[in-house]
Order: sequence, then structure tokens, then C-alpha cells
Amino acid sequence: MKKEGDRDSGLGIRENKDNPSPESRTPNPEPRTPNPEPRTPMLEPNRQGEVWVFAEQEDGALHDVALELCGKARELADRLGVSTGAVLPGAGVGEMAKKLFAYGIDNVYLVDHPRLSHYQTLPYARALETLIGKHRPQIVIVGATAIGRDLAPRVASTLRAGLTADCTALDISDVTDPKTSVEHKNLLLQIRPAFGGNIIATIVNFDQWPQMATVREGVMPLKSPTNNRTGKVVEEKVEIDDTAMALKLIQRHVEKRKVNLKGARVIVAGGGGIGSRDNFKLIYDLAGAIGGAVGASRAAIDGGLIDKDHQVGQTGTTVRPALYIAVGISGAIQHRAGMEESAKIIAINTDRDAPIFSVAHYGIVGDYKQIIPMMIKAIKEKK
Amino acid sequence: MAYDSIVCVKQVPDTANVTTEAMREDGTVNRGSLPTVFNPEDLHALESALAVRDEYGGTVTVISMGPPKAADVLRDSLFRGADRAILLTDRRAAASDTLATSYILSQAIKTIDRYDFIFCGRQAIDGDTAQVGPQCAEKLGIPQITYLHEMVSIQDHVARVRRSIGHGWEIVEAKLPVLITVIESANRSRPPSARRVMRMKWARVHAEVAMEVKAEMPEGAEEQLAAETERRVQELREKGLLIEQWDLDHIQADLSRCGLAGSPTKVHRIQAIVLTKEGYTEVQPSETGIKELIHELVVDRTWG
Repeated sequence: MKKEGDRDSGLGIRENKDNPSPESRTPNPEPRTPNPEPRTPMLEPNRQGEVWVFAEQEDGALHDVALELCGKARELADRLGVSTGAVLPGAGVGEMAKKLFAYGIDNVYLVDHPRLSHYQTLPYARALETLIGKHRPQIVIVGATAIGRDLAPRVASTLRAGLTADCTALDISDVTDPKTSVEHKNLLLQIRPAFGGNIIATIVNFDQWPQMATVREGVMPLKSPTNNRTGKVVEEKVEIDDTAMALKLIQRHVEKRKVNLKGARVIVAGGGGIGSRDNFKLIYDLAGAIGGAVGASRAAIDGGLIDKDHQVGQTGTTVRPALYIAVGISGAIQHRAGMEESAKIIAINTDRDAPIFSVAHYGIVGDYKQIIPMMIKAIKEKK
Repeated sequence: MAYDSIVCVKQVPDTANVTTEAMREDGTVNRGSLPTVFNPEDLHALESALAVRDEYGGTVTVISMGPPKAADVLRDSLFRGADRAILLTDRRAAASDTLATSYILSQAIKTIDRYDFIFCGRQAIDGDTAQVGPQCAEKLGIPQITYLHEMVSIQDHVARVRRSIGHGWEIVEAKLPVLITVIESANRSRPPSARRVMRMKWARVHAEVAMEVKAEMPEGAEEQLAAETERRVQELREKGLLIEQWDLDHIQADLSRCGLAGSPTKVHRIQAIVLTKEGYTEVQPSETGIKELIHELVVDRTWG
């Protein structure tokens, strides 16, 4: 390792004497830009276009968020009077179409290709871009998973379309452009918290369509499937040449989710107010007594009090348990966005003005270290 | 074998500590009143680039798009070891969404021309979109590797990295050049070096010098101010303390793809978060109060 400071000779690298001479530097790799300009030209708004979902699948199963989005797509499509579509890229995934029909999809665009066996940015982007260019949906919704957040921006960039990340609500409305006074009919309202959750922004896309948005898992409720519902499978051929195979997958390691927050009937969640990892034991104790899972706010994760798997909120898991007990959580909008649909919410906080109380059904102002033992005692007496 | 890196960094409002004074009555945010910070994940992107340079040789160039004040994060990058810093500042770039921003950044990167790696933080804390990295890669026509957790090896222009995929990880290989977005777990970012701070604390971009001159000579005539600015800029340049400042013309940007005009997403409405104190049932923090609460939960079948 070179010592830091060895290179202190100026700001511009050109004056930097310690830099290797231009001759000894790595040659400029060629070709750098196989195709820098978008392959697909900008698309005109297509008002009869379908409402599409990216049907994310991995290891033989559709991702929950894809099914959640099918329900939302159905609702939006019904309001617009158009059909729903799902893009299903993969290898040997044709069987999954039935499930997509059951959750509200009319047309499944199946791209079955051996090069799509595992998710990779470029081949998947190629599939999605090609089909969007061909069928011109008016709306494309993608789950804001590790995969969706890698894929959607790449596709939107190629299409030069707008993309709004992590929407917490999607709606349809007429919107007048204040600049041109033109009224645009039936636009997709893309609603999301912004600015660290201090504001809620509604984003629209007047004319550079499709209107694209990502949505976190759990934000849209999973509708119950209609198992005998049918639709059409449209088999699509997409060319995935070597240029799309720029990355080589060497090894892949998938862990089972250790914490099942989404399936829990009761969640006891701790926040920054818990103070230390040791104190978090009380949260576990209460969860154990009441038979619930342990959740946490971002402040608790950032403070190193508990692992990220437990995070509830806009950037973690969105949950809707029968009972949510928030302990020492101030209740930033990102956290509230991830739990406010819970059937019953109990908030415990020393600060009477903490925003968490605004979504609570029951509030206890006081020190959790005294309150939790009392709760455990009361629970044990009821059992 | 040496490798050249470009790091995209952003100065962001410290959204973790937004006070009520920062909110205007109409619900919009008064960015000027907020303290600013180096976007946290961008520090890890910078560290990734510095680590590559330290091990293999090469250079680290840092670019930031923003107002003149964003030169703060460039100075900070220089203090931490960057070789070169460039501020992209232009009023015509204001109100750019992620698509327009990535177009502008990609034009700047094309202007820098020489690179093996581009490192970006995964996302910025003021928007949390994580879109600009992948969109830059697309505009440059190069592959992207998101969520860098560990740089495994670099050999003969092939990088092998471990990336986080949320519920696990994968190791992938890419031929350079490649754009990599970096998450916090990738490394521990080095602090500014005292020696470099001493030497470069007066480094400025042109626009900052102009503002300083205007503040010192409020009564000065236009020509006088311009002349004094030029004199100081020349002095900084001779000392190697002038941070490069580029505008949209310098990077040959198509103006129809920049700023509001180049942004397909438009903000239709902004609402401040108004907390409605809807009535919740206050439970007394006493044995009796809590017993009643648990009883109620059982009665309404929430629990038990």
C-alpha cells in the first residue's frame, strides 16, 4: 500500500508528479460504449396501453411483491378501462403464468430464454425494453426489490421514461400542467415520501411514457387470488446476444429470511429510544410473552441495536399485523409508512409529542423499562 | 497495472435532522436553511476508489453536480486522498430528475474520458431513489454492478466483486470499464488527512471566489469585481488550488435533456407532513392501566 500523502502535489492529476506517466497507464479500453444511445426511441403516450407489472421470479417462485402489484395493476387498469399485462422473463417459468392470472393479470408476456435463468441486469433489461417498445403499455410497475431497483432505472434510462422510486400510493387523476395549462387526462399519480420523509411528493409524467414506478414489498396489500381466472400467454422472442452477457455469475448464496415480519400476527418493535443491544432483550421478552415477532425502526438498525432483517418501514418491510407495539420509536414518516395499516397500534414513548402517537390507538407515555415488565406480567396473568 | 476511477459524489441536506424552520408554510422545503453533509454512501464509494488506487496505482477523480457550495464535498474528497476534483455547476441543470442528472453526469464522465471504474454511492439520503448510478451506466453503455459489498480481486481488466442481494450475496465478474454502486458495508471510509487539509483548505472553485470577492467588496463595480476574481483565480491556479468548474457547455450537453426540460417526472404536489393528533386512548403507565389494556386486547380479539 502506498502511504497516504505520497501523492500530495496538486489538485489536477495532470500536475501530479507522483502519478504514473501517461505511457505507463492502462490503455483506454475499447470499445467502451457499445451502444451509448437508447436502442428504443422515446415512446409516444399510448392511452389505450395496458398496465404492466414486472413479474419478478427467482429460484422457481414468483416474488410476493409481484403478486401484490398484480392487484394494484388490476385496480388501475379497471379505472382506465384497459387490460393488465405481466412481463415474465426467465428460463422454464411458463407455469407461473397461471398464478399471475389468478392475481388479476390478463396477458402474460413470457420471455423464456436460457440466458434468463438467473437475474442479470442487461439480459433482463433487454427483455423488458424490447417488450415495452413493442406493446407500449401506459404504466409499468416494478417491485422495489434488490432486483427491481437494479433493473427499473436501467430500463427507464434506455426508454428515456420517467421513473419514481418507492411509491407508497398510486392513483389515477387528471392533472393540469401549470406551465402549459394543458389538462392531461388520467395520469398516474406516483406518491412517495421524500426529503428524509419530511414531505410527501406526488410525481406525474406528462408525456415521456410509459409511466414507471417502483413499489416496496408489502406496501400494496395482497389481494386474494381467483384460482380459475384465466388469461392469455403471449410467447415473446427477444434476442439476447453476447453484448448483454457482460457480467459473469461466479457464485450465488441465498439465505432464508430469518425474520418473518410479514407473516406475524403481532409485532413488538423497538427504536432508537431502546438505547443499547442489551436493553433490546426487553423487546424480545415482550415479543416472547405475547407470541410476536421482533421489529425495529431504522434508528435502531443504524444505532447497531439489532440486525437489518428486523427493519420495519419504507426501506425495510411493510407490515400489517393485528397488533403492533412500538417501543421507543419516535415515528418518522418512513417508519409509519411501514406499519400504520396495522389493525391495532400501541405506542410507548417518554416523549408525549412523538409523532408515533399520531397513528397509535393506545398511547402510553412513560419509560418502557418499567412498562414492559408490567405488560409481561399482565399477559402472563391472562394466559 | 494501474486503474483510473471516477467517483460521483453529492452534497445533500442532512435530512436526518430537518427542523421545522426548514419547512415553508406552503409545505416546500427551504434547502438553504438546512445543514449539508457528504452523502454517506458516497463516502464509501470514494473509499472504494481510493483503495483500488492504493493497491494497483492509477488515479481517483471526483465529480459532483450541484451549486457552488457543493465544492465542500469536493474539498473533503481531496482531503481524503482524491487526485482531482470537478464541480459541475450550471443554473440550467437545476430541477433535474434522475434521468436528466444521469445524462449530465454521463456527459461529464465522457468529457473526462479515461476511466476503468465509476463508483457511486447506492443512493442519496435526500431522495433515496438509487436510480442515478444504473442510469449513468446505461447512458455510458457500460455494465453496472449494484450494492458492492466487497471488491474481491482485479486482474487484467476484470473485476470480481461480491454484491449484496438483500437476502444473500453473489460474486460476479465484469470486464472493465464498469459502474459500481456502493453500500455502507463495503468498507470503512478513511478520515481526512491533516496534512492534506492544511495544504488544500483554501482550494476553491471559480464561483466561490467570485462570491467571496463580492462579499468583501459590496460596493465594487462589476469590472472591478471581475478583475479581482480573475486575479485570485490565477493565484489559486498557480498554487494548484483551483478546483475545476464545468458547465453544461463544457460537457457538450444537449440542453433539452437537462434540467426541468429533460426531466420526464414532474412534481405535481408537495405536502408537508402534518401530524393530526387523532385521539388515541391514553393508557396510564401503571399496573392497573396496563392490565386493562391487555384485557381490552383480549376482548376485541386482537390478541389471545
